[in-house]
Amino acid sequence: MTITRRPFETDTDERELTFVGKSPTRIDGLEKVSGAARYVDDFDFGPDLLFAEIVEAPHAHALIKRIDTARAEAVPGVVKVVTGADFPFGFGLYMKDRFVFAQDRVRFVGEQVAAVVARDEGIAKRAAKLVEVEYEVLPPVFDPVFAATEEAPLLHPDLADYPHVPWFFPHEGTNIAHWRKTRKGDVEEGFAEADLVLEDTYEVPRYAHCAIEPHVVVSLYDRAGRLTMWSASQSPYTQRHVIAEALAPLGLTHQQIRVITPYVGGGFGGKAGVSMEIMGAALATAVQGHPVKLRFTREQEFYNTYQRQGLKARIKVGVKNDGTILAVEHTMHWDAGAYVEYGANVVNAAGLSASGPYRVPNIKIDALCVYTNLPPGGPYRGFGYSEFNFGLESHMDRIARRLGMDPVAFRRKNAIVEGDTLAYGEKMNPSGLLECIDKVAAAIDWGTKETSDDPHKVVGKGFALMWKAPAMPPNASSSSFLKFNEDGSINVTVSGMELGQGYLTVMAQIVAEVLSVPPEKIRIETPDTDRNPYEWQTVASHVTWGCGQAVEAAAVEAREKIFEVVHRVHGYEEDSLFLRNEAVRCATDPDFELPLRDFVIAGLETDDGSYRGGPIVGSGMFMPEFTSAKSDPETSQGGHPNVHYTVGAAGVVLEIDRQTGKMHIRKTALAVDAGKAINPDLVIGQIVGGLVQGLATVLYEDMRWGEDGRLLNPTFTDYKIPTSLDIPDEIIPIIVEVPQPDGPFGARGVGEHTMIPAAPMIANAVEDALGIRITSMPVTAEKVALSLWEGEA
Amino acid sequence: MKLPITMIVNGETWPLDVEPNEVLLDVIRNRVGAKGAKIGCERGDCGTCTVLFDGRSIRSCLMLAVEADGHEIITVEGIPENGVLSNLQDLFISHNSFQCGFCAPGIVLGAHELLRDNPNPSRHDVQHALAGNLCRCTGYEPILDAVMAAAEEARS
Repeated sequence: MTITRRPFETDTDERELTFVGKSPTRIDGLEKVSGAARYVDDFDFGPDLLFAEIVEAPHAHALIKRIDTARAEAVPGVVKVVTGADFPFGFGLYMKDRFVFAQDRVRFVGEQVAAVVARDEGIAKRAAKLVEVEYEVLPPVFDPVFAATEEAPLLHPDLADYPHVPWFFPHEGTNIAHWRKTRKGDVEEGFAEADLVLEDTYEVPRYAHCAIEPHVVVSLYDRAGRLTMWSASQSPYTQRHVIAEALAPLGLTHQQIRVITPYVGGGFGGKAGVSMEIMGAALATAVQGHPVKLRFTREQEFYNTYQRQGLKARIKVGVKNDGTILAVEHTMHWDAGAYVEYGANVVNAAGLSASGPYRVPNIKIDALCVYTNLPPGGPYRGFGYSEFNFGLESHMDRIARRLGMDPVAFRRKNAIVEGDTLAYGEKMNPSGLLECIDKVAAAIDWGTKETSDDPHKVVGKGFALMWKAPAMPPNASSSSFLKFNEDGSINVTVSGMELGQGYLTVMAQIVAEVLSVPPEKIRIETPDTDRNPYEWQTVASHVTWGCGQAVEAAAVEAREKIFEVVHRVHGYEEDSLFLRNEAVRCATDPDFELPLRDFVIAGLETDDGSYRGGPIVGSGMFMPEFTSAKSDPETSQGGHPNVHYTVGAAGVVLEIDRQTGKMHIRKTALAVDAGKAINPDLVIGQIVGGLVQGLATVLYEDMRWGEDGRLLNPTFTDYKIPTSLDIPDEIIPIIVEVPQPDGPFGARGVGEHTMIPAAPMIANAVEDALGIRITSMPVTAEKVALSLWEGEA
Repeated sequence: MKLPITMIVNGETWPLDVEPNEVLLDVIRNRVGAKGAKIGCERGDCGTCTVLFDGRSIRSCLMLAVEADGHEIITVEGIPENGVLSNLQDLFISHNSFQCGFCAPGIVLGAHELLRDNPNPSRHDVQHALAGNLCRCTGYEPILDAVMAAAEEARS
């Protein structure tokens, strides 16, 4: 049988759904509340397990003149000390600009220069301090606008030589690693026709993911030359691929590498792609036969894994007096950090979409991915959209107020709808944005002024829209294997990751719907690249949509095999057969009922005692064949880079203490168009969790840097993430369902989106309450109070 | 120089020889094999290493193993009785209270301690009791809902 996906329209449209659209509890719930769930660091590897410690650069920018490992090697219990000279290999996901260990220079404080492998962690730590590195310090650059100029120190003299994907446009001889230009219409004409033009600059700092599980990888290069990695990763296959490419000079091939990913204790993009894991792979090859563990401390988690990139954005918008948007010009300088192998694609995604979820005839977007001497930027829930949306949705609010228009009415008037032309020329997909706007406005009683009994407190309301498309290569694909067991239960293998979002449960519901087997009888197994089929990565909020289609296809293929064998033995036409309650039924013979467990392994017996059929298995694959990254580099016109956008709206009722600036969220609502909520309760989980994470980025989270480029607050003591005391009084999650035609049962992704409107809606509520506009994140109590005092002085 | 200690972990007696500087969390995980307690920050900020120490929740990353000599420790593995999950654990499942689940063991223990000491908590009491257990996924709401539901069921 072929494994292409079959049309499925009868199931999505006409049949009442049994398992999809319901909220069965998570299939991983029991494991997680009982302590049975195993994460990488919970596995035991025996007495020969070794421990690695990294030697880190103390300078933001310096040449490495000399490394002396002799004193470290002399420490009893040290097995191996390695440096960049041992692994002179570049690597990277979209651009190979990064190194396993620093080569001739370091580009951020904390960069890995060498590593010690020892018999216990204490020995490794002590010995790492004895590695002597001599540096020649170079001037660093931290500001992305200055870094993009010709006066700035050059961080990557070899930029022109780095292999990269064809949709990146590096500028040789500068720090501009990629420049995405999007042009639609003529913005100058739009501004000339506008009644009002507003221009301003917005700043967004860096943020940390703060998954509670730190990065950890255990790697074993066994005596037969196979490399097995147990990795806390969102991207097992991509990890295998990037590592196989980078370490090919050591003789490693894809076939020789196995990546196993058990449960992951939170990712948020931070465990996507490859960061510290490649060190684990390299170190394993240096101590063949011994598993070696590399686990980052919380501090390293902050300064040497991906960070969310900083942004300085210049926004200019022109409108008619009636509120019609005529032109949007958005120039973004991204502080992408020392290496942009992943982060440049964040910039690229923003560069295609930074006009926001609006119908705009004239668009000019410049997204510059700029090297700086801060840690590598990379994917973080929202993937560029949270960052540009702070400025854009702040700006739209200000435009509306200047026009004397209600900010919600202004957004409603310009909101993008199905069939509108996107910035890069394609048409907008089906979208429930207007419904999202109306439902959020109603939920927070938009238009009604609220007050406080406390004379020192004022109350404002804020609103913001959001949208986001998965940012994927055009050939990002998914696949799935499915097998029945003797009792009619099912095992499914996929290589998407359960990061907490509920992916395993949703995949089980899709299989359940097709095969009429309840989710609790379906086991979805976490990835192992030796056994589970390919998945690009669990990022981009695409696995429900993309891997869901592969899983659906596998289930449909199994169903067809079931019907075929029943037809052969019982004679019923295949198109008269259907599944209900774990049994095959027939539309033309209501008395026929054949339980799956009776034959999905054993087969069906015929009159002569021989059997037909065999163990029922299915496989499915999916690739978004309609996408393309090929477009005009000067305009981005001509390609089809995004599969679709998910849209939504959010609003907040914010109480502010005028004396202290302290803010308190009375109520917040977020509506997202999920297409079809396969599990509504899990979608609500994404809304509530993502919104709280987004609110923290605007209210208090903030990476602080010393003048030398050192992160000053790499702990939860000094970098505050929300505790159970820091949540809004009331969160109203709203699910809108305008089906995505190609999604499984109409579903599209929602995981990242729920962070995206949080920051601007707070800034907009502050202006509503106090009349002050804060244009840099975070919008802290301190900043609000100081702005008030300045205004009153 | 190793020191002999004896601790009771989840009802089982564990005589162990430990280094004076060995951290309790590491001994629980690597010597006793109770992996429910997790390593999250190693400085008492995140609460994922929470265990009950003579019935009180503590950060096991901040205690030395020698201090546990003669004391009783409960990890999440010790919460079920006769292999049956607590009602609170069942409610955490039915409320989909956890996503990635890494914080879950610590929160299960902290919430058990709260409900034992205060069977009639307000929502704010629950928020306060769990304020030292960081969760990055859920926004805490489904966790608080489950604890409040457990308290309600215990009253009825």
